[in-house]
Amino acid sequence: MDWQGWGMALAGGIMIGGASTMLMALNHRIAGISGIFGGLVDFERSPERAWRAAFIGGLILGGVILSRVWGERFGLSPLATQSGPLFLAGLLVGFGTRLGGGCTSGHGVCGLSRLSGRSFTATLSFIGFGVLTVAVIRTLANLGFVL
Amino acid sequence: MKGVITALLSGILYAFGLVLSGMLIPEKVIGFLDVFGNWDPTLGFVMGGAIGVHLPLRRWLIARGTPDPAPKKKGIDARLVLGSLLFGAGWGLSGYCPGPALVALGTREQSVALFVAAMIIGMWMYRFSLGRTSP
Repeated sequence: MDWQGWGMALAGGIMIGGASTMLMALNHRIAGISGIFGGLVDFERSPERAWRAAFIGGLILGGVILSRVWGERFGLSPLATQSGPLFLAGLLVGFGTRLGGGCTSGHGVCGLSRLSGRSFTATLSFIGFGVLTVAVIRTLANLGFVL
Repeated sequence: MKGVITALLSGILYAFGLVLSGMLIPEKVIGFLDVFGNWDPTLGFVMGGAIGVHLPLRRWLIARGTPDPAPKKKGIDARLVLGSLLFGAGWGLSGYCPGPALVALGTREQSVALFVAAMIIGMWMYRFSLGRTSP
């Protein structure tokens, strides 16, 4: 049993829940990262831009600091050296989260905390299809095909 | 200005949570999705912990008069399901969902920059196609 790994996952989750609660309490907004980031890059003039930029800036700043002091908690994608598939994956994540109206944070954390049927459906769909995608890649790899 | 500072702090705390939890290790994320192979259920505790905190606290906030930021959209439609399926495919391929990808920009790895650039282009592709007609 990897108790330490479970404990860190749980503690990290509690911090994520805390950050989501903080944004709701102080900004009256949902901590849905694809929505916040999408709104920021979508060329829309909106009074929401400032807090969105600040939140995304906080995520990146956190990454800058933590990757320096805690590098072992950062890993590379298995596609890091394959630009084509990595780019395709990025397109799918960007397009899919906007079409579906949310990602792991907005649907998975905030939506499920609200017991939303829409978010439950979305979360089941993206985890389910993620599981299927990994299974297909594994099967292909076992047959000798490498992405 | 106050909203900017609180959003910044919330973003930093969110990044800490993602890094501590292991969500910045794409191999571990893929391990969580590898249910039919070497399944590593650890990251289920991330969502569990986050909901365990946010579910009661958001109710408490609403009871105390905080406006509920819930989206008004109701009902399950094709956009919701299809979009989530596409997102799931990209997530399973790369091990990145949007939050961890943005936090990973801090590593200044080229592959992360490429992924985030593709994510932005994907968002634009939606914005200038189906997003035009979105309700």
